[in-house]
Amino acid sequence: MTVRTPVFLLVWLVISAAVFAGSLALGNDYIFFAGYVVLQYVVLGTAWNILGGYCGYVNFGSAAFFALGAYSSVAIYKLITENDFYRMPIPVLMLIGGLVSGVVGFGMGYLTLRLRGAFFAIATLALAVVLQTLVVNWDFVGGSRGAYIIRPEQIEPIGNYIRYLFLLMMVLAVAGITIARLIEHSRLGYGFASIRDDELAAEAAGVPTLRLKLIATTISGALMGMAGAPFPYYIGYLQPSSTFGLDYAVNSIAMPLIGGTTSWVGPLIGALLLGSLQQIATVTISSAVNLLIVGCLLVIFVIIAPNGIVGLVHTYLQRKPEDFVGRRRVEAEMPGRVP
Amino acid sequence: MGGKSAHYYPRRPAKAQSFLAKTKALLHTPGGLSGCLMIFSLDLLINAVVSGILIGGFYAAVTSGVSLSFGILDIVNIAHPAFIILGSYIAYIVNANLGIDPILTSIAVMPAFYVLGSGIYQVYYVSFEKRGQESLRGLAFFFGLLFITEVTLVLYFGVDYRYVEASYIGAAWHFAMLDIPFRILVPCLVSLLLIAALQIFLTRTFVGRAIMAVAQDQLALRLMAVDPIKIKRIAFGISIATASLAGAFLIIIQPVEPSVGREYIGRIFAICVLGGMGSLPGTVIAAMLLGIVESLTSTFYGPSWAPAVSFGFLLLTLAVRPAGLLGR
Repeated sequence: MTVRTPVFLLVWLVISAAVFAGSLALGNDYIFFAGYVVLQYVVLGTAWNILGGYCGYVNFGSAAFFALGAYSSVAIYKLITENDFYRMPIPVLMLIGGLVSGVVGFGMGYLTLRLRGAFFAIATLALAVVLQTLVVNWDFVGGSRGAYIIRPEQIEPIGNYIRYLFLLMMVLAVAGITIARLIEHSRLGYGFASIRDDELAAEAAGVPTLRLKLIATTISGALMGMAGAPFPYYIGYLQPSSTFGLDYAVNSIAMPLIGGTTSWVGPLIGALLLGSLQQIATVTISSAVNLLIVGCLLVIFVIIAPNGIVGLVHTYLQRKPEDFVGRRRVEAEMPGRVP
Repeated sequence: MGGKSAHYYPRRPAKAQSFLAKTKALLHTPGGLSGCLMIFSLDLLINAVVSGILIGGFYAAVTSGVSLSFGILDIVNIAHPAFIILGSYIAYIVNANLGIDPILTSIAVMPAFYVLGSGIYQVYYVSFEKRGQESLRGLAFFFGLLFITEVTLVLYFGVDYRYVEASYIGAAWHFAMLDIPFRILVPCLVSLLLIAALQIFLTRTFVGRAIMAVAQDQLALRLMAVDPIKIKRIAFGISIATASLAGAFLIIIQPVEPSVGREYIGRIFAICVLGGMGSLPGTVIAAMLLGIVESLTSTFYGPSWAPAVSFGFLLLTLAVRPAGLLGR
């Protein structure tokens, strides 16, 4: 807990480099295709958790923010690349996607966060439907037919383009985790936690709740947009009904809730576990069944393990032998008092 | 999913296509934005308004369940549309195999839906409400239910559109320049009956009044020797039971596939909020308003724009008058 942020960042960059080198050594590019999706979910889960886990506000519109990022890339591609043959670098696209989604997140938050929390959740759910309607009717980005993005085969000096995308997503994932951890240990994070625990009390104690919530929606939305921006280049063919699909929404909720929502570790664990599981299940069983698995795991975890895997590990670690003895002694002295 | 412009006038035998539907098909050029034909004619307008009111009656039935659960009990049941789709599929299965009228089927399975609803509330209460975690985990729970229902239906029935057969589907009532298809009129009338019955139940019976009271003061209710949890369980059961009927209406009005329910989430909550949380008369008025505006939008701008209307309604209501039209 006491690791300073630069050290934390460095450690993760080293781990990333090791993972990348390891994947290269395996010599199979499918690893990068599958790994990209898992990393994308790490970003989505972390982004969702900044608002959902830290502030306690549920966002069902992850797919909408993600798709906004993806479609802003498509729009730029159609606008610039197809005419001038100038390819905007993907990091720039990520920034633009993040900006667009961040602005939309801010707007949504401003309209709904002044009211009870449930309205925000419902509005985000509806946002996905409406943005999808807009994109379906917007011929410039392909409408319901979808849009093709031609990605270059190679990029210097990394080689295959998918490796480049994988690397970018890895950097974004590390950035996301670092931001989440920074928030967690800052004034901002304590403010968020106070909103989650008791918004009324926080407000009464002078916490500027609306401003904090708006910061959270903006950061969370922007990260999701950034995760979406390189997606058209990954998939090659972008189509509204799959980009706005419910599976992004359910995954980005399920991963933090299964991993644990109170710290940055939770979404990371959840995304790595669930994401890899899904990649394996998609290859071995079918893609519809793996979504069913996610849905069932989500329901089971919220009922049985409200604090996720992190919570389970935490309680397990705290169950030390002397603690047990202590509990028994208290139980013996005051029967029925210890739950 | 989104792109298919299957709205109120989807694939049907030619005789079933009313004049309005043909005009809509003519007006709807693929590509929305470029194809906004602003043709204004009186009978188009009147037909659009009338069909909007009728569709609104159906929306009221769809929303009445959420008015109970979200409006009165404060349970954000976003899985409600999934239960409606479940009702549609039950009506479809019975209709396809036995040829029984979908509305009769749905009334027959209402008790089963009631039991299902009570069961779900029990799980919800024990796992979330009791622990005070309903805001985050309770929502995720219902979202998971929505997702599981949808994926299970997809796995069993695929994503094909399903529809039912009944004597009144296809017939229409022509009156001056009006065309009223019975497959919208019948659900609208039955739905208004349902809402009237619910309203009488809520205001005239002891249990109904207790349901209204549980929203206001649980402690006072307990002092009257009524168990609030039991009352909530009954209310949630009723709320899910209405989904059975709404599901039958839905499949009478339009062909159904598992993800259709998602389009209704925005509508349902927009109507619920606009009507004033938990007010059934408000729900009817709001539903008809939304129906009219949606019908006008799809007549004059093309049906692919209609889903955006409800969201506009929702945001406008939240921004201007969060208490709704007939808010308590």
